[in-house]
Amino acid sequence: MNEFSLTCPVPLPAGDRIQLAHGGGGKLTNQLIDRVFLPAFSNPALEARHDGAVVTVGGARLAFTTDGYVVRPLIFPGGNIGDLAVNGTVNDLAMCGARPQYLSAAFILEEGLEMETLRTVVASMRKAAEAAGVELVTGDTKVVDRGSADRMFIVTAGVGAIECGRAIGPQAVEPGDAVIVSGDLGAHGIAVLSVREGLEFEAEIESDTAPLWAPVEALFAADVEVHCLRDLTRGGLASALNEIASARGVGIAIEELAIPVRPAVRAACELLGLDPLYVANEGRFVAFVPARDAGRAVDVLRAMLVTSGAAVAGRVTEAEPGTVVLESRIGGRRVVDMLSGEQLPRIC
Amino acid sequence: MKFLDEYRDRKAVDRVAGEIRKTVTRSWTIMEVCGGQTHTILKSGLEDLLPPQVTLVHGPGCPVCVTPLELIDKAVAIASRPGAILCSFGDMLRVPGSARSLFDAKAEGGDVRVVYSPLDAVKVARQNPAREVVFFAVGFETTAPGNAMAVWQAAREGLENFSILVAHVLVPPAIEAILSAPACRVQGFLAPGHVCAVVGFEQYEPIARRYHVPIVVTGFEPLDLLEGVRMTVAQLESGRAEVENQYSRAVTREGNRAAQKVVAEVFEVADRRWRGIGEIPGSGLRLREAYRRFDAEERFALAARGVVESPECISGLVLQGLKKPYECPAFGSKCTPERPLGAPMVSSEGACAAYYLYGRHRHERV
Repeated sequence: MNEFSLTCPVPLPAGDRIQLAHGGGGKLTNQLIDRVFLPAFSNPALEARHDGAVVTVGGARLAFTTDGYVVRPLIFPGGNIGDLAVNGTVNDLAMCGARPQYLSAAFILEEGLEMETLRTVVASMRKAAEAAGVELVTGDTKVVDRGSADRMFIVTAGVGAIECGRAIGPQAVEPGDAVIVSGDLGAHGIAVLSVREGLEFEAEIESDTAPLWAPVEALFAADVEVHCLRDLTRGGLASALNEIASARGVGIAIEELAIPVRPAVRAACELLGLDPLYVANEGRFVAFVPARDAGRAVDVLRAMLVTSGAAVAGRVTEAEPGTVVLESRIGGRRVVDMLSGEQLPRIC
Repeated sequence: MKFLDEYRDRKAVDRVAGEIRKTVTRSWTIMEVCGGQTHTILKSGLEDLLPPQVTLVHGPGCPVCVTPLELIDKAVAIASRPGAILCSFGDMLRVPGSARSLFDAKAEGGDVRVVYSPLDAVKVARQNPAREVVFFAVGFETTAPGNAMAVWQAAREGLENFSILVAHVLVPPAIEAILSAPACRVQGFLAPGHVCAVVGFEQYEPIARRYHVPIVVTGFEPLDLLEGVRMTVAQLESGRAEVENQYSRAVTREGNRAAQKVVAEVFEVADRRWRGIGEIPGSGLRLREAYRRFDAEERFALAARGVVESPECISGLVLQGLKKPYECPAFGSKCTPERPLGAPMVSSEGACAAYYLYGRHRHERV
């Protein structure tokens, strides 16, 4: 029995079943949003397609967001699912220009999960919430049969008050804007992968999970004219830039040599056949600001530990709208596409 | 990063590009054989640095692309068997068979596992003695030693639940097939460095002589490829047709003898069909009689079914360097990485994928 009818003008995605890549943050995820979720729930706040929705409640402008966390393993170098669940939602709010205030958390636990693991995760959440200045004010617990979940899933939601007078989002991006990356890319994805695949590197690579409201607030305080913010999670920098380029109808030109990637992450990516531009982060964002504010913005960010690796990675152009183009380290040019499917290890 | 940054150095690249510009006097068409090289070329925008007289065409060296449709169907059939575990390099999962890909089989409940090494598949077999574990043994000479070692080890341990689905192909017969095609326009080859690291390059010498074509064994970094082009152009301009080795930091003339020995122990040369190209005599490997019991096709009595390729896909022409991916009417419209008609659009070494992912701005401007 259908509660609503899906009158989508385009055919449903290839295949009649959900594949892993539908959750990968790339093209299939966007197809799913375009073809299933948007037609069903259509409304202006959702259609803005930002990291969180901006809504007005009793005259106050609030940012509201939710996110599910299903990472395996639950505990990895530099963090665990609890840090992610707090920081991820805090960061989605921060990217709306909102001060994160209240969070909810729902725990879906698999029968047999060790109590000790749950305690560790909850302790991390508490610490992360304190660090981010948010309170966890409501929650829910469900336990499912063994085999019905992968040990533990967490869903958090959050609200915060918008503190920026200007509308922040892809629509505010202008040709000529500088594209600032808040730090080195790929550490979270590689940290998780190394544990999952049992890979060992000489220097342990730790997740970059961190709350990002403080650096955003610092940009506002320094009167930087922030046009757009986006945290770089699944799908990495490449997917975030593609989303913004196509939403605003502008081109984005980036320089390979200007994009910070630490040597250990670069080496791991080379070995595994992955591109750091697509690897997940949990404590990095990209900011679009007018060129005249770029130097000041980078100075403000570099003064803070979590964004000490900030750098201008490129600029917004009028050429090739909807396209991200990278100048390679040898001076050639190529398109940087949105991730299609999962990043897969190569044969040789 | 040591051993990589040296080969991506802008100054060195500019210097070699300058030498090519100084040497070249007329138009030349050069094929890089390996899909890994194709991706470096597109990913680093190398063609922006070449003089207009030099055209690079992309060869058949993408193992995923040339694996016949019926073998993918067989892998999907194995993955769909209750209790079976199909292990594969990640690259193969997205490739469309005649109806489904391994990803589809996985989504429908098949146990498909991505491994980094065939020896990991042997480990899976050891850990799951009650289940049939099949490794999809895809690749050129590069992966043959590892796959041979997996079979050899399984035999030594008496692992009865392990087998491989063999889809091994060889480079030199493919180069000969390309050169003997009437429409061939390739005048020089960049031979695949990793293949040659295993087998050496003696085998290429008779081909260079017979077809009077320069062959330069080339590495995979931007500077390697540019240097390979420079050496090939220098030969072409002076009328030479020799086998030269650009990738001397990894390749010797005789190759890796130990690796060759294990391959020869387990495999023998056989005729093989190439997806999009057809049957090439002596262009593949199959398990020797003594190891035939590890052949998944025999173990599961998988019958060959007549399957038809999409008539719109011109991957055969692309793989032989006769067409560029964007010359295909389906490129980027009916055929995309999400809805591929042919394998070169989904493989991470496929030429169509390289153009789609990195090169679209180039031809769209034309």
